[in-house]
Amino acid sequence: MLADFSAETLARMQFAFTVSFHIIFPAFSIGLASYLAVLNGLWLKTRDETYLTLFQYWKKIFAVAFGMGVVSGIVMSYQFGTNWSVFSDRAGPVVGPLMAYEVLSAFFLEAGFLGIMLFGRARVGERLHMFATVMVALGTLMSATWILSVNSWMQTPAGYSVNADGQFVPEDWWAIVFNPSFPYRLVHMVLAAYLTTALVVGAVGALHLLRNRADPEARRMFSMAMWMAALVTPLQIFAGDAHGLNTLEHQPAKVMAMEGHYDSHPDGAPLILFGIPNAAEKRIDYAVEIPKLSSLILKHDLNAPLDGLDTISDDDEPPVAIVFWSFRIMIALGFAMLGLGVWSLWARWRGRLYDSPLLHRAALAMGPAGFVAVLAGWVTTEVGRQPFTVYGLLRTSDSLAPVDAPAVATSLIAFIVVYFFVFGAGTYYIARMMNKRPGALTIGLADGPIRTAGITPALQTHGPSKESRHGT
Amino acid sequence: MALDLAFIWAGLIAFAVLVYVVLDGFDLGIGILFPFAKTEGDRDLMMNSVAPVWDGNETWLVLGGGGLFAVFPLAYAVVMPALYMPITLMLLALVFRGVSFEYRWRTKRWKRVWDAAFFGGSFLAALCQGIALGALVQGIEIEGRAYAGGWFDWLTPFSVLTGVAVVVGYALLGACWLVLKIEDALNMQMRGYARLLGIATLVLIGLVSLLTPFQDPVYFQRWFSLPGSLWTMIVPVVMLALVWVFFTGLARGSDVTPMLAALGFFVVGFIGLGISFYPMMVPPSLTIWQAAAPESSLAFALVGAVILIPIILAYTAYAYWVFRGKMDPNEGYH
Ligand code: HDD
Ligand code: HEM
Ligand code: HEM
Repeated sequence: MLADFSAETLARMQFAFTVSFHIIFPAFSIGLASYLAVLNGLWLKTRDETYLTLFQYWKKIFAVAFGMGVVSGIVMSYQFGTNWSVFSDRAGPVVGPLMAYEVLSAFFLEAGFLGIMLFGRARVGERLHMFATVMVALGTLMSATWILSVNSWMQTPAGYSVNADGQFVPEDWWAIVFNPSFPYRLVHMVLAAYLTTALVVGAVGALHLLRNRADPEARRMFSMAMWMAALVTPLQIFAGDAHGLNTLEHQPAKVMAMEGHYDSHPDGAPLILFGIPNAAEKRIDYAVEIPKLSSLILKHDLNAPLDGLDTISDDDEPPVAIVFWSFRIMIALGFAMLGLGVWSLWARWRGRLYDSPLLHRAALAMGPAGFVAVLAGWVTTEVGRQPFTVYGLLRTSDSLAPVDAPAVATSLIAFIVVYFFVFGAGTYYIARMMNKRPGALTIGLADGPIRTAGITPALQTHGPSKESRHGT
Repeated sequence: MALDLAFIWAGLIAFAVLVYVVLDGFDLGIGILFPFAKTEGDRDLMMNSVAPVWDGNETWLVLGGGGLFAVFPLAYAVVMPALYMPITLMLLALVFRGVSFEYRWRTKRWKRVWDAAFFGGSFLAALCQGIALGALVQGIEIEGRAYAGGWFDWLTPFSVLTGVAVVVGYALLGACWLVLKIEDALNMQMRGYARLLGIATLVLIGLVSLLTPFQDPVYFQRWFSLPGSLWTMIVPVVMLALVWVFFTGLARGSDVTPMLAALGFFVVGFIGLGISFYPMMVPPSLTIWQAAAPESSLAFALVGAVILIPIILAYTAYAYWVFRGKMDPNEGYH
């Protein structure tokens, strides 16, 4: 079946497949690392054991998710060379150093302190353990910063010149790192990671509340997660809107595809809520639209003219249908999250946050929503950038390595089989851990692989024996 | 320009690769030795002895690849497609092996599966790394700015030999690490393995060294004409000294010396390779300076490297320090 595809198409499928799997884990581990730091900080400050129990519980889940993030990430960093070697040669001088900074400032930080965070509390003492926990969280955020700078540069290139070999040569690093879409993308993505995590934590809390409303850990985490959902979703919608305006300025064709504007509208463009993009006829069939609203959102003026894809030459046009749909999925989920947040505020105000099974069911159902929104957002961003890898400058078709279709097809199949097997198993283990309540003594089978002996655990006397009761 | 940035960077990348080889070498080696553990308890101990540090070890691989991408993009762009299959297999193998550190503790029924994944992943990753090394030594065909060879150029008797050498060498490092970290029966067992693996490693290093000069006349020249031939004398002498230290250390019952000497084998072997390669980045035709990114890229990345690498080394050392000492089999298993 894959035999009919060109090497380029296959390489694109492979990239999209592997990166889509990868981003699921960072979206969770960025948020969870910060959450763990907060939980540990609260435990140290209040000495309320609920926090420590929650920390131990989420730590184990974090370890599994983080492991999956690491191994899927290593694949990404080598794939640039194997499948997109021309891109690597041309864009390497600009994006390579940024990714080197990511390795040096983020990956080492995460990996270096992860062992201490997971296994070292008794060995290094509470303070250093807290420090390690914060370093891991900081590492995930640094990682996001650098890689989003890379990606944003590919969307809105700046600060470069081009040499005789066709390589992009860095001229102004400040302009490269802080390229026009970077701040927007960074804010939007980090908020997305926090929201995704909040929804997962909220769903797990809701699950245990549905079983036992008095469960103290479930109450605590549900409450924390609902605060996050209520406070961060509005920020995210605001950030997304700003991001869209920025995109309109720098990548207008992408916005045309997102909005489904095949035609230009000289006096006020409608907001198309739903419809079916018809690529052959270049129009949206069965469109449900609100007149002039698109102009209002994008230009803050009901009658402002908006160009459509008719102003873009056909071979510079991104695939409209995918972008149109993925954008709507993200927006719909964003508003669903807002709904959940507002509902929880209302329930809290009425004092029924822990006694509202309907709210708990809704929170449970929304558990995976963050992941879907993140994927939909990235699809919008990346497919909307097509047919370029470096927007307007380097075409995807000119970025490909000199590889043969059968080789790429074989490796694609291998990745698909391995990823579904390995990450399927991991997801199952995570789900099984989440299904146990945090207060339960063990959530895995053998929770506490342990580590070296021979050191006097003097510091253990500070921390209560809770630590050993809960495994490492 | 007073500073030769490309040269400095070649040194840094070589350093990252060497650190990767010795650090991930011993934890991959533990995976390779996994099937030889006699009991479940031994396997638990073996895996736990590297659990807190393996991720940091593997990050040096990311730095090697990422660094190449950053400062020698052309080298990265020709080497990766040339080694498409071994690299892809290595990545898949690392996926299996990486997740088994966590998965193994999360299931009873499938524990065997993740044990096998840990072994298979470690073995295959080591083999592919060795094959990639052999293929690189043999040279990569380039036309213009792209790889111009065939699909299976990487597969030759020589590259398979280097593949096996790396597997055996990593197993040696793994055995020495366990001698260092574990007591009693497992210590004795690994001590025995270390002796055998030590002999096998040296034989294989010897074979590879004998054959290398014949892969490319340039290598031959570098080793057997002045000033290169100076090295031809020093390298084997140092190696012989290490061999002595290694075997007497093992016999004396020392826990630390064999590990240090085995690391020494790798460092000396690596320096030997460096002598063969220099000044090529990708033999036979791409030099360090041809492959280098523009000056501004090198300089920008160097600032970060100079500041951050010492810090990284410091906290990595600290992490090892925290988990120092012999493993206690009674700690854990809650
Ligand atoms: C917004 C965040 C984000 C995005 C867009 C990406 N990553 Fe990622 N990546 C992370 C956030 C992250 C992280 C949070 O730092 C991870 C996830 C889990 C983890 O262990 O670290 C990580 C891990 C990770 C690792 C393993 C690091 C280690 O050894 O510890 C590598 C090599 C990459 N990534 C490379 C990439 C590449 C080449 C990407 C682009 C195609 C990419 N990541 C997209
Ligand atoms: C992590 C979140 C990301 C997701 C989910 C994602 C998703 C995708 C998807 C779906 C495509 C395919 C578009 C198409 O072919 O129509 C693509 C293409 C691409 N992306 Fe991303 N991307 C992400 C991050 C990045 C980052 C951070 C970079 C750069 C460092 C990047 C570089 C590329 C490149 C080079 C392509 C071109 C190859 C291709 O068309 O498949 N992506 N991405
Ligand atoms: C409902 C309000 C939202 C709006 C108006 C909005 C807007 C946007 C826009 C315009 C883009 C494309 C940026 C580009 O040009 O490349 C985008 C991308 C993205 N969105 Fe949203 N978004 C919203 C909600 C969400 C939610 C709730 C999430 C996840 C929890 C999310 C996650 C993402 C991600 C991960 C990307 C890709 C990365 C990026 O370019 O920032 N968005 N969003």
